Amino acid sequence: MCQPSWGCARAAAQRLRDLAVLRRVRDRIDREYARPLDVEALARGVHLPAGQLSRQFRLAYGKLPYAYLKARRAERAMVLRWRGEPGVALTGRSPAAVSSSGPAGPARATGKRRPAGSAPARPSAAPERAGMR
Amino acid sequence: MDITIHTTVLPHVDPDASVAFYRDVLGFEVRTDVGQGKMRWITVGPAGQPDTSILLAPPAVDPGVTEDERRTILEMMAKGTYGWILLATRDLDGTFERVQTGDVEVVQEPTEQPYGVRDCAFRDPAGNLVRIQELR
Repeated sequence: MCQPSWGCARAAAQRLRDLAVLRRVRDRIDREYARPLDVEALARGVHLPAGQLSRQFRLAYGKLPYAYLKARRAERAMVLRWRGEPGVALTGRSPAAVSSSGPAGPARATGKRRPAGSAPARPSAAPERAGMR
Repeated sequence: MDITIHTTVLPHVDPDASVAFYRDVLGFEVRTDVGQGKMRWITVGPAGQPDTSILLAPPAVDPGVTEDERRTILEMMAKGTYGWILLATRDLDGTFERVQTGDVEVVQEPTEQPYGVRDCAFRDPAGNLVRIQELR
């Protein structure tokens, strides 16, 4: 436990500033995920080495920035697919890479939640289910 | 019963910066401003709508909040996972254009959401998410 002191207060203030930097990185992913964007570019934007950004981001948000970016793209791809809109290529991922069954498919039906963007456990294409939600 | 939604509360860390955001960027009027230093309670709201206000208040100052809880709240604010508010306008694109010319963090450009609304989002200086929805 940190005792109240100037050093401690400085460290706490620095931590809040560091977190605010990570917030800007996450907001940038939310803002620009549909455009070409990678961890190197995110790190350059906040003047941090990519490895350091990734570590800090995971400590703050529980997942690597790349995983967060991938999840946002996967979410978007699913939305576009449900709507039946062309243009999922804009997200940089094919819908097949996201999920072959969609969230209404077997993965959810069995209660086994799989993070968006991760590979399906088995190929079980059920395209007719897409759009049923 | 005749109950209105009168005031909602958002935390600030730099009262002057928050006032500048809500007054100068969003165009709200400042209605009351009490206290001093970081311990200021400021009500703001849109002109012509005196019955609805946002109270900008110092976070985690209730004496029942422990030091650990206070630190957690401040960290959540900094990382952008604490406070948020949903505003609305008939002119989303015009509002977005005006707001983004200020020195503000844009989180989302006007976007049609799959759940049937069109909105955009900014951060206020304290890290609160300010989402603005299109009235239609």
